[in-house]
Amino acid sequence: MNDHAIEIKVCLGTSGSAAGGEEVLRMFTHHISEKNIEATIGRRCATKKVGCRGFCSKDVLVDVIRDGSKTTYQSVTPIMVERIVQDHLVGGDPIAEWTVREEYASFHEKQYKIVLGPCGEIDPESIDDYIAMQGYLAAKKAMTRMTPDDVIDEVVRSGLRGRGGSGFLTGEKWKVCRRQDAHPKYIICNVGEVNRSLAEGNPQAIIEGMLIGAYAVCAAKGYLYIRERYHRSVERLRTAIEQAREKGFLGPNIFGIGFDFDIEFSFGTEAFICGEETALMESIEGRRAMPRVRPPFPAVAGLWGRPTVINNAETFSNIPIIIGKGGEWYSSIGTAESKGTKIFTLSGKVRNNGLVEIPMGMPFRDIVYGIGGGIEGDKELKAIQVGGPSGGIIPTSMLDLGLDYENLAKVGSIVGSGGMVVFDEDDCIVAVTRFYLELLQRESCGKCTPCRIGTKRMLELLTKITDGKGEEEDLRTLERLAGVMASTSLCGLGRSAPNPFITSFNHFRDEYLTHIRDRKCPAGVCTALITFSVNEERCKACGICKRVCPVKAIAGEPKKVHVIDAERCIKCGACFRACKFKAIKKA
Amino acid sequence: MEKVLVKILDQHRKEKGGLIALLQRIQDTFGHIAEEHVTWFSRQLDIPESRFFGVITFYPKFRMRPVGKNTLTVCCGAACHIKGADKLLDAAREALGLSGDEDTTRDLAFTLEKATCIGACNIAPVVILNKQVHSSMDPVKVTKLIKGYEREEFLGYL
Repeated sequence: MNDHAIEIKVCLGTSGSAAGGEEVLRMFTHHISEKNIEATIGRRCATKKVGCRGFCSKDVLVDVIRDGSKTTYQSVTPIMVERIVQDHLVGGDPIAEWTVREEYASFHEKQYKIVLGPCGEIDPESIDDYIAMQGYLAAKKAMTRMTPDDVIDEVVRSGLRGRGGSGFLTGEKWKVCRRQDAHPKYIICNVGEVNRSLAEGNPQAIIEGMLIGAYAVCAAKGYLYIRERYHRSVERLRTAIEQAREKGFLGPNIFGIGFDFDIEFSFGTEAFICGEETALMESIEGRRAMPRVRPPFPAVAGLWGRPTVINNAETFSNIPIIIGKGGEWYSSIGTAESKGTKIFTLSGKVRNNGLVEIPMGMPFRDIVYGIGGGIEGDKELKAIQVGGPSGGIIPTSMLDLGLDYENLAKVGSIVGSGGMVVFDEDDCIVAVTRFYLELLQRESCGKCTPCRIGTKRMLELLTKITDGKGEEEDLRTLERLAGVMASTSLCGLGRSAPNPFITSFNHFRDEYLTHIRDRKCPAGVCTALITFSVNEERCKACGICKRVCPVKAIAGEPKKVHVIDAERCIKCGACFRACKFKAIKKA
Repeated sequence: MEKVLVKILDQHRKEKGGLIALLQRIQDTFGHIAEEHVTWFSRQLDIPESRFFGVITFYPKFRMRPVGKNTLTVCCGAACHIKGADKLLDAAREALGLSGDEDTTRDLAFTLEKATCIGACNIAPVVILNKQVHSSMDPVKVTKLIKGYEREEFLGYL
């Protein structure tokens, strides 16, 4: 009976459960048990919760696997479940109108999912699921058949670079730590924003990666640095650690080779600066998260002054794959200097928002138009921002640029942790840059002067421009500030903070100048620079604008063209959105 | 109150955790960290108050004002920002009747806070009510969420 079992996989990542995944799963088990479906059709119906498979805009996604063929339903709600159970599970007829469209295939087609692969397939709360797909075989191979140096060589051979900040070669970092004589050594895994889907979808891979890393550098203890706010990730990792301990993959004498290793949580804070490795260590040690002066580097003297390896969850998730399939295989993916794949959260104004994994070197065009399905509402693509708040803004003229460490560095951006935000014609580049600076200014730790004062001054000047008070001299001051910050700040945050300005000013100089010389915002975003007025030919005097105006700035009566009082108008745009005849002009 | 503080202190000494872990425990117990807590622990541990305040004011997660029973977090990361996180904040402030720099309702029912980025960019804009993430929000949905929640809470009391 088991061979013919029907599998039902419900996406319960952050997005899946935000869309009501728990209830959908509950309805499946309810309908299956209530009508005794298993006995009726003589098969077992196994429901399973899985992690995020990336296509979050159509959650809740449900896979039904019956007789070896997989049907994926999109936007499933609890009331749809009964029919799926009746028609598909019992009757064997998939409900075509509820299944995913071509976009689901095209979204996945260009991706190369080696790290994200198991997310969406396995139950993240079951170590047996992970073991069934050869989990912990890599750790066993590393620890029983390879020396620590062999492991490090394999990682070096793979060409894997840190998936968090600067993209340092992971194997080289490990090698330095390995050479140190001071004990105990530590290994830290930073679970950042983009990594949370890995923690939710396949937490065991992170733990296995850390275990292999610990063996390679001879660390006795590991820390998972994660924000408490990521409740689901924390729960899944906690379960995963407990299960790994039960199976003997953590704890004393792992694989019987006399190697002890265990992992504990260190609950991070809401501070952006904690992405900087020495600041993160300060935070674990219980102090203000302010970066240390380097050298010494963490691999020599890190946490509590001991040699420490710190990588993020995506880097660690790559390790079991590299050991399992070999560094050579891994290095066949990607470009000359950037190997493997990279996970991005594709967001902003693209049609298919989601979590994507691409081979290094893929052109932006393929990401935005291939995987992303183009721009929402058939608008024009304006720019792409890569690498989080301190990444660069990339214009459409560079769409054919391959995405890897070198190319991004050339255009003044970073791979960072893997944020990718797409802007369309309705976004103002100056306002966006101001937004990033505002964030970076707030998050600057204040230890070094260039960053503390530089971000503040840059924000003031950018605000001056978006407020319509900018002068051309301000642009020169901004450039000078950017230069000083980039070359003299203590850590990566300050050094990369000017990136959004430098890149946007390079590629969108005209837009800055229009704000300053013409006192206009071409995208119609900067409220100080726009005015709303009524197009007299189009106005049908329906009165809807008058009704929605929160400050009663619109006058008019039936059959008479309405008028906006510019003095009173607070430029909220309510009338602009409400008018069905497009009679409100924004200029 | 003294009893509770002693219990926290004992646990802290047993675990040999850092200042952040101690502050977290105080906040978990009282909802916020009051000045008198700091004074008390500073004397017991012989650590200057300035070190406490240094850490408290550095991390946005620590608060010195009482917190509401429910917490509504609006994500203000880049992806949420360009999809209108500001408007969500405005709607939430209005629905909760917050003015000026208030972040908590007077009846201590709700606290409104901002997050830098919660990593749910692909379902932006998002708000988090207590532990539940709500995706693809707009101002109307936020208002409904708050009003609906208040109503449910109210019915719960009956």
